[in-house]
Amino acid sequence: MAKVEFRNVRKSYGALQVIHGVDASVADGEFIVIVGPSGCGKSTLLRMVAGLEAITEGEIAIGDRVVNALEPKDRDIAMVFQNYALYPHMSVYDNMAYGLKIRGMSKTDIDERVKRAAGILELGPLLDRRPRQLSGGQRQRVAMGRAIVREPKVFLFDEPLSNLDAKLRVQMRFEIQKLHRQLGTTALYVTHDQVEAMTLAHRMIVMNAGRAEQVGTPMEVYDDPATRFVAGFIGSPSMNFLSGKGAGTGRVALAHGGIVRHANGQVDTGRDVVVGIRPEHLVECGAPDAMFSAVVELVEQLGADTLVHLRHGEDAAVVRQPHSRQREAGTTMHVTADPARVYLFDAGSGARIR
Amino acid sequence: MIENRPGLTLVTHAVLWGGVAVLAFPVWVTFVASTLTAEQVLAAPMPLLPGGRFFENYVEVLLHGAGNSEAPAWRMMVNSFVTAMVIAIGKIAISLLSAFAIVYFKFPFRMFFFWMIFVTLMLPVEVRILPTYKVVSDLALLDSYTGLTLPLIASATATFLFRQFFLTIPDELAEAARVDGAGPMRFFWDVVVPMSRTSVAALFVIQFIYGWNQYLWPLLVTTQESYYTVAIGIKRMIAGGGDAATEWHLVMATAMLAMVPPALVVILMQKWFVKGLVDTEK
Repeated sequence: MAKVEFRNVRKSYGALQVIHGVDASVADGEFIVIVGPSGCGKSTLLRMVAGLEAITEGEIAIGDRVVNALEPKDRDIAMVFQNYALYPHMSVYDNMAYGLKIRGMSKTDIDERVKRAAGILELGPLLDRRPRQLSGGQRQRVAMGRAIVREPKVFLFDEPLSNLDAKLRVQMRFEIQKLHRQLGTTALYVTHDQVEAMTLAHRMIVMNAGRAEQVGTPMEVYDDPATRFVAGFIGSPSMNFLSGKGAGTGRVALAHGGIVRHANGQVDTGRDVVVGIRPEHLVECGAPDAMFSAVVELVEQLGADTLVHLRHGEDAAVVRQPHSRQREAGTTMHVTADPARVYLFDAGSGARIR
Repeated sequence: MIENRPGLTLVTHAVLWGGVAVLAFPVWVTFVASTLTAEQVLAAPMPLLPGGRFFENYVEVLLHGAGNSEAPAWRMMVNSFVTAMVIAIGKIAISLLSAFAIVYFKFPFRMFFFWMIFVTLMLPVEVRILPTYKVVSDLALLDSYTGLTLPLIASATATFLFRQFFLTIPDELAEAARVDGAGPMRFFWDVVVPMSRTSVAALFVIQFIYGWNQYLWPLLVTTQESYYTVAIGIKRMIAGGGDAATEWHLVMATAMLAMVPPALVVILMQKWFVKGLVDTEK
């Protein structure tokens, strides 16, 4: 087990820089999720830790060792790939044993480790099968087994669940969590799925366009997003953004009518801001109490919840309500929110205004 | 297609049988001729039912040869077999390695070399046969197995096929092997070669037959009868002096013998061969 440190890590392909200086440190035994939309550089970052991509600038340290110049096999890491990357011509047993065999471990040691990993992952009856005879979830488990037997200092997961169907994904998410509790090995996990990130992470690194926009626990990131991007990316349905201008202490005038009260500091009157309120924090109220009123465009019934889509001039908003009464499209809805749950962002840079 | 039209079935079967007959008849005639005496073969019309000289003819040709050719057929069979095996295995080994280099390594002029290999696909052996002969003779390789096989081993077709196959192997597999600690050659032996085995089998069949049926090249580089392959041997058995001077029954027996090994290779490897051509096992 070991800590992992990123020190001003940069990556360029020729003149094109794709990672613009990431600084982060992962504590020993921590489960870190790197999350972001596709193309944000999260996989590249992970592959730099694995040694599959060269580090253009900066340093990555595993334990106390800077690994920039080390081959993947010397970094003491194990990686789980998105498409599992199992050797198709080898049995499950051989797939798991291959890395150990190359390291020159004795047959009995290999056997013991593979059997133990198979026990943990419930792969016992499948050891003689070929990967193509397995279901997606089983292949996923074999890929994890291959990582476990190595007993590495760090696990690297590259979107390991994205090829599974929704139900299996939830189940495997749970199993990965269980596994990590059992083994306690430091893990770096890349995903584009914010639900996976929220549920798995001790802490997460939210990436956007090659930058780490925020590093924090899931609840920190959810409750206190550092930028408009993070606010929009984490949470589902995503946060509502309404354009407005500062209008005196604790008040923002929305561009399409309505005044939002907020608990943030002074916003210069007339300054362009973006108001962010999560769908679950918007509540319906009477017309006099409303922050703003908008036309109902669409109603989505999700069973437990109802999502009411509102049209507010050029802005759109979603209200998440407990499943209650029927609402017609075309009617007007008055909504308000707790001022403490209102976030403000700079209209230009997207930076949080506190 | 599910159809129930007896008339159509009849017609299609008739066509099939017709096709089989057209293909099989010459082989049958060859076989029949190989069981007759020299006089019977030359009779007109030649009988179409096997005669009683099967063992005599085959033993004669296997042990003593026929016509102008002093070399016994077993010797020529061995030569052909060695040639075909060396060519097939050599082609596969070299093509696997060169395709592996082209797909998995980055080196200067990589694509240039690939295209150089690819362009030679356009050139049949006959086009470069004179320079090749010059090189082989300067290296004193005439009348040797090396001379028979080496110039035919380089294969653009097989290199290209393996390259295409390697490109379908996901990159993650190479990366997983790197993380597992396998060096390039280890990855080649443990992952790439086993994954290519159906393609290897298909190519083996094709290349074995290619090697076995070589005619022009062995004709040029062999002058001693002990290095004759079957294909040349048959030609040598046919005398220049007209039909009467040729022992056709023995020539036909040799022809039958020459057909057996390629047929066996196809029959034994048929399952793999078909798999290699249609299967993409990933």
